[in-house]
Amino acid sequence: MRAALRSPVGLASAVLLALLVLLAVFAPMLWGDRAAAIDTDALQQGASAEHPLGTDQLGRDILFRVLVATRLTIGLALLATVIGVGTGLLLGSLPAVLPRWAARIVTSAVNIAVAFPGLLLALFFAVIFGTGTVGAVLAIAFAIAPSFARLTQTLTAGISGRDFIKAARVCGVGRFRLLVRHVLPNIAEPLVINATLAAGAALTSFAGLSFLGIGVQAPSYDWGRLLGEGLLRIYLSPASALGPALAVVLAGLAFNLFGEAAAAAAGGRRRWRGKPVPHHESTVDDPGDGLLTVRNLHVTFPGGITPVRGVSFTVHDGEMIGVVGESGSGKSLTALAVSRLVEHPGSVTADRLDFDGRPLRSIPDRDLGTRLAMVFQDPMTSFNPALRIGRQIAEVSEVHQGLSRGDALRKATDRLRAVRIPDPGRRAGQYPHEFSGGMRQRAMIAMGLMGEPKLVIADEPTTALDVTVQREVLKLLARIRTERSAAVLLISHDITVVAQTCDRVLVMYAGRIVEELPTDELFTAARHPYTTALLAAVPDLDTDRDAPLAVIPGRPPEPGEITAGCPFAPRCPLAEERCRTEEPELSALSDGHRVACWKSEKELALAATGGTR
Amino acid sequence: MSELFFDRVSVRYGHHLAVDDVSLVVPHGQVVGLVGESGSGKSTLAATAVGLVPVTSGQVLVDGERDRRRRVQMVFQDPYSSLDPRMSIGGSIAEGMPRGVDKKAEVARLLELVNLDPGRASSLPARLSGGQRQRVALARALAGRPEVVIADEITSALDVSVQGAVLNLVRDLQRRLGLSMLFISHNLAVVRYVSDRIAVMKDGRIVEEGPAARVLAEPGHEYTRELLAAAPRRHARLEVS
Repeated sequence: MRAALRSPVGLASAVLLALLVLLAVFAPMLWGDRAAAIDTDALQQGASAEHPLGTDQLGRDILFRVLVATRLTIGLALLATVIGVGTGLLLGSLPAVLPRWAARIVTSAVNIAVAFPGLLLALFFAVIFGTGTVGAVLAIAFAIAPSFARLTQTLTAGISGRDFIKAARVCGVGRFRLLVRHVLPNIAEPLVINATLAAGAALTSFAGLSFLGIGVQAPSYDWGRLLGEGLLRIYLSPASALGPALAVVLAGLAFNLFGEAAAAAAGGRRRWRGKPVPHHESTVDDPGDGLLTVRNLHVTFPGGITPVRGVSFTVHDGEMIGVVGESGSGKSLTALAVSRLVEHPGSVTADRLDFDGRPLRSIPDRDLGTRLAMVFQDPMTSFNPALRIGRQIAEVSEVHQGLSRGDALRKATDRLRAVRIPDPGRRAGQYPHEFSGGMRQRAMIAMGLMGEPKLVIADEPTTALDVTVQREVLKLLARIRTERSAAVLLISHDITVVAQTCDRVLVMYAGRIVEELPTDELFTAARHPYTTALLAAVPDLDTDRDAPLAVIPGRPPEPGEITAGCPFAPRCPLAEERCRTEEPELSALSDGHRVACWKSEKELALAATGGTR
Repeated sequence: MSELFFDRVSVRYGHHLAVDDVSLVVPHGQVVGLVGESGSGKSTLAATAVGLVPVTSGQVLVDGERDRRRRVQMVFQDPYSSLDPRMSIGGSIAEGMPRGVDKKAEVARLLELVNLDPGRASSLPARLSGGQRQRVALARALAGRPEVVIADEITSALDVSVQGAVLNLVRDLQRRLGLSMLFISHNLAVVRYVSDRIAVMKDGRIVEEGPAARVLAEPGHEYTRELLAAAPRRHARLEVS
């Protein structure tokens, strides 16, 4: 709610709401008498200095009556909302506690009730409960209830699949406690927001009912009733109708806008917050022009979050490079930056970011689309489920290469064959759900092959796949590289995956490359304390079962937590004073081997072979 | 003694037989590793043990008894969704405790047991890292004083540098408390590290089961051999066929 007050709309509506509450509390005390004072000398007057909104047929001042009516109007609207929301909440959460057959009856009843428009229900109930205040309150309350019951049901269903609900059930937590302690607190936020909106709706509907004469009855009066009375004389004294109308509109707006602002604030929460990080000058001794040349790449998000901080590397033609790092290391963002997929509000800066001899920025989409292929982690979400696989793959060539529909589809079938999908003709006509995970990932790669890619960027392409399928996809990537002499940039959290397939490995930590070395040397000559610790920490089929696993204390920093000094220093067994104050640059240890560490090669070599454990 | 016994368990979803006539024993004080691909039915089998999924036929027994409430506990895969974001970690842990326990002291003891600062009992899960949350989940499972613990892919959502510490903790606790454990993972290297016995599941059936060393050294089933061949090894490069 505090966030809601920060937006101008939220603040204005909150002020308006506060004003309404003050009026509701104090107006009847201050002006109750004057609003009820009958003045037979001033019957049915128009607006004047004495009576800004005129008087009614008994000579009572309409402005005071509008102000005094605030209490009854708001009070009844809130009462109706409370009853309605309460009933809705009860109906909506009952299915979670009742036995299955009873739950089904409640759910069906709610479903039927939801089908009727709210105002129709209100009118229907108003007739049943009879005209009068009680009838109107109940009518509006029961009109609100079904939609609230449905909302509660939907939100409850959404949350009851979560693991913490299952975990509580396994712990033996009863259904009622489950509802009260776990479900309701987690759906409270949208419910409160919707209740605020419902209060606005209740207010206007109540005014509507009173206006129609089936709401508040004389001698009581609310805005709707005043509006009804004023409307009879609108041609003689417009102010007497416009006054209450304005009150209804303002109050309704206040509730609705506040609800909207609260919803917007709740939806847009979760912001990274952090200190700006100084930009690093990354020096690279390799001046050569590769297929992909990246120098001092930064990816920044608003609020000073810089998940990629000065990354430099080169990918040469036909090379297979692995990028390894944990979540938050910036490896995926590096890949996205290279394929121009970092979305607003993220911004990419680099001293050089060249692909195929040209600055990446200046390459038209069409060229980039055919020369650079991207394979994403989750093959379940990277295809449109409503389109046939063949069509989706063919689209690349239709858009980028201007092929006709038929030619593009033939080419798509051919590429599906190239990634060894059996019976590609038939498969091309199928929908994504008919493909297994591994097949989808192949199809994704086939899509990348529609152009003549010189670089394939694969971001965790095997993470969502089973081990046996994983191997097939890795083999496919390696084969594309040999057959089509395309370079591959393989991003993975799994150092063993990279070790099996790549020529060189870039190890990333906290947004920077901490070590770059040939894969052959990974298990023998890795020097950075993070790389060696990572290698020791991952169990494989040769790990000693009787010894505890090597452990890296602590956890990797979040992009907002990076401070001065080497980001690995808090977890590093070799860290000394300098490591905590100054961040080391990536510098060459030997040909093709770069390390970012203050320690001398001798110290690192000793630690790597001897005593890090 | 506490032995978990799946006695000819089948689970059917509509026409799909997720678990097909599975019999499996988790002997007292031992860890049985269960490996298999996604969709092989291993998580469904685990869910029957704690009553989250009803069995279509067969039964699950602890020491020959059908009533196993609180005696079997489970740790879930994703520590980001297995803790109620609106409940303090102490509150989550205390929920699983039997009546008549000094909850505050017990929470402190359990947090200490999983190497967390007992002073953090009042923190919300959002303030903890993935590895720390998984420790809390472990503490919650232990709060019910279970005899059998089921660990369903408990390290696959964790960063590799954190995974080792959780595995060490699981092994240490299992040995110290003499728990029987069903350890489910798709990662053969992880299963190998913690398990005394290994069971391999495919298409809802257990295709092979035996002592870990034997299953890994002389796999009897074709599918086990395939899994072993696919598991990444340090010094083997992938050949491009």
